[in-house]
Amino acid sequence: MSHEASKPVVAKGKQPAEALQAFPQQMILSSLLPLAAILLALFIGAVLIYAVGINPWKAYRFLVYGAFGSPNSIAETIVKSCPLVLAGLGFAFAFRCGLFNIGAEGQLYLGALASILVGIYLKGLPAILHAPIAVIAAALAGGIWGAIPGYLKARFGISEIINTIMMNYIGIYFVSYLVHGPLREPPGYYPQTARIADTAAFPKLIEGTRLHAGVFVALLAAFLVYHILKNTTLGYQIKAVGYNREAARFGGINVSASFVVTMAISGALAGLAGANEMLGVQHRLLDGFSPGYGYDAIAVALLGRAHPAGVFLAALLFGSLRAGANMMQRSAAVPVQLIYIIQGLVVLFVIGSTFLMDRYAARAMKRRVA
Amino acid sequence: MEDLILEARGITKTFPGVKANDHIDIQLRRGEVLAVLGENGAGKTTLMNILYGLYQPDEGEIRLYGKPVRVDSPKAAIDLGIGMIHQHFMLIPNFTVLENIILGMPSPREPLLDLKYAKSKVVELSKKYGLSIDPDAMVWQISVGAQQRVEIIKALYRGAEILILDEPTAVLTPQEAQDLFAVLKTLKAQGKSVIFISHKLDEVMEVSDRVTVLRDGKVIGTVNTRETNTQELARMMVGREVLFKIGKKPACPGTVALELEDVWVLNEKKLPALKGVSLQVRSGEILGIAGVDGNGQTELAEVITGLRRAIKGNVKMFGEDVTNQTPRPLIERGLAHIPADRRRQGLVLDFSIAENMILETYYRHPFARRWILRHDVIRNNAKELIRQYDVRTPGYQVPAKNLSGGNQQKVIIAREFSRAPKILIAVQPTRGLDVGATEYVHRSLLEQRDKGVAILLISTDLEEVRNVSDRLAVIFGGQIMGIVDPATTPIEEIGMMMAGSVGKGPVFSETTAV
Ligand SMILES: Nc1ncnc2c1ncn2[C@@H]1O[C@H](COP(=O)(O)OP(=O)(O)OP(=O)(O)O)[C@@H](O)[C@H]1O
Ligand SMILES: [Mg+2]
Repeated sequence: MSHEASKPVVAKGKQPAEALQAFPQQMILSSLLPLAAILLALFIGAVLIYAVGINPWKAYRFLVYGAFGSPNSIAETIVKSCPLVLAGLGFAFAFRCGLFNIGAEGQLYLGALASILVGIYLKGLPAILHAPIAVIAAALAGGIWGAIPGYLKARFGISEIINTIMMNYIGIYFVSYLVHGPLREPPGYYPQTARIADTAAFPKLIEGTRLHAGVFVALLAAFLVYHILKNTTLGYQIKAVGYNREAARFGGINVSASFVVTMAISGALAGLAGANEMLGVQHRLLDGFSPGYGYDAIAVALLGRAHPAGVFLAALLFGSLRAGANMMQRSAAVPVQLIYIIQGLVVLFVIGSTFLMDRYAARAMKRRVA
Repeated sequence: MEDLILEARGITKTFPGVKANDHIDIQLRRGEVLAVLGENGAGKTTLMNILYGLYQPDEGEIRLYGKPVRVDSPKAAIDLGIGMIHQHFMLIPNFTVLENIILGMPSPREPLLDLKYAKSKVVELSKKYGLSIDPDAMVWQISVGAQQRVEIIKALYRGAEILILDEPTAVLTPQEAQDLFAVLKTLKAQGKSVIFISHKLDEVMEVSDRVTVLRDGKVIGTVNTRETNTQELARMMVGREVLFKIGKKPACPGTVALELEDVWVLNEKKLPALKGVSLQVRSGEILGIAGVDGNGQTELAEVITGLRRAIKGNVKMFGEDVTNQTPRPLIERGLAHIPADRRRQGLVLDFSIAENMILETYYRHPFARRWILRHDVIRNNAKELIRQYDVRTPGYQVPAKNLSGGNQQKVIIAREFSRAPKILIAVQPTRGLDVGATEYVHRSLLEQRDKGVAILLISTDLEEVRNVSDRLAVIFGGQIMGIVDPATTPIEEIGMMMAGSVGKGPVFSETTAV
């Protein structure tokens, strides 16, 4: 079926290597720009710290020390990053299908609840089974919590943004009710559940720190998400729907089913973040235990450009800021509000820098118009 | 020459792996329509985007009234009096026509809008150039042709002396195209200059004064329209003779492959778009559907391909009832679809060519083993199809959005044909294709037919359906007005049927083999 031989041969003979020429330049740029953005944000933060009468140099030394200064602080950074990796992956996964899962927080609470129930009430299991079952229960619970708005979107076309936010309220207050009532630990003084059985807890990796085996769950999840998106038919289908719903439908892809499956997986990842906190760090469910991991996850995912490796790095950045900020607050008396402002600045600037990068790339290779 | 208004010299633009423009010189004179012709991927759109400031050239300069100018953004272009009407309109649907026109323009009464003043100016422009529009209509309510007129007024309102129209007629009905040509002639008479891109040589002959032909990013030559003809233009473009009328063997229809019985379908507004359509397509024949756009063609294609529900009636494939099945089982039965809108419906523009080539088959052997994609097979498949169908691109990994319009269409055609379909629904398969590629698609359709594929060809291009189809059904108001022999039925009669009169020609009974 080929054309007549007389057709002039043009582009075909050209070297694909030419396509790579622009590459090193862009690679350098894409790693330097976010770094510069972080430094700039920290600089503005320094001005603010100075303005409240604290020596910014001293404050930042504590920030760095708190994040990376000792084995313990490195462990803290990683511990704080883990739930962000998982919930961030959740947001990123849905994002690749063109969906905004704002409901990570609620899914995380449901996951935490499921893992705690398994951890407390499923007794007599060996550790090798108990913790994994608790993890799976968390993924299921988070998955169901995510699948519900996914189904509502697929069936009735209701915005998943609104529904996931609503599901957050339901999830968070349902858990709150439970820890104040039916699940409150026996003496009944605090709004918290009993401790999970030791068999359900993630083993500690380094004695004297809080570093726990949940790190591997986060790593595995990042790898799995990467694998699913790159190498599986499901990933292909999800990306096709994300990029162009209509073409996907024309190509025979079931768009509604894709929504439900994607939201279920997204929710499951957020649920894992909850389990990670429960089984690895807190070992019991407290009212309001999450410092907003589910919301930070959105920034983490966007910062990581919805790519698993990017999400991982962005979560580490956030984790180190959190860990370092604790130290900065304790030791340099920087007000906690200021710390949040600095975190906000970092997000803003890094996202801004990626935007700049896109502009640069767009200039080099402007989107075709016709 | 003193009436030279715009001149580009030595324009060169390289994309990764492609030299889209290679030392291009073009000249535009005051009060003329310059047609720019060229194969798909020849570099026309790229050149226009450079003139309009959307791209920066790697080399070369642009001169306006003899002086070199920098056009580094569309805003700069507008300030210099250059306006561009894109093929995909950039209007805001929920604004009125007037609001769209004045969008982003300073008002004489800042910070307040002076709608009255703007309206009077718009009405004046519309009268002066014969661009009939209703300034108070909402954009989503008006036809595609009217939206295009809004775009033109928008450019004129901004003081454009030079108008660039990139394939303006690809989205128009023949009547709307005629109206556009009248407008272009008025513009010309008033001293405006126009650059006009089209793949339809008749249009170029009708509306232009001179023609510049591009091939592979280079200027092949510029000729006066009066001194040339379509054959010569085609030869300049493609570099060989082009057959406008393809010779075809008579069809040998087999059994009935696709059958519709009294099918009723609703459109988006819940009004009946198909009112009891019945037709049959046999293996090894092409049934053409002629009609003015918007008479139920979209709905017809969609109800067959499972994208839209029938509220009454049956669709059968090889005798089996498949009414209201979802697309995938239909595709698995051997149904192929070349949709009308390649960018929205046919391709995932952010996917690579290789990924687009498997849009319907990604989950099956040989492209997947269980749930794992086989990247090597996918890659080789793409390489092979790119070679077979002569897709002009540096490689299979290129995102589909970076292909020229015609090459995007080739990707879809390659994908659909390579699945060895049994039934093919082709909607406007040559929209935006150059003459060579059009000829190629027509030949491919006939080849598929001769292999025994049942083809339903839906097109608003009357020439196309008349040339390619074995039988021709005319659709009007959601009903089939009659089925005629395209070879013997006079064009006037088909035209009458397209306007709603019931056919009286040699109507085929469904059992007659041609
Ligand atoms: N943004 C881009 N990135 C990479 N390559 C591009 C880009 N835009 C255009 N090209 C390539 O440049 C060449 C010229 O494309 P262009 O769109 O100018 O062609 P065209 O003459 O308008 O074709 P058509 O008639 O099909 O619209 C093509 O090979 C195309 O693939
Ligand atoms: Mg073009």
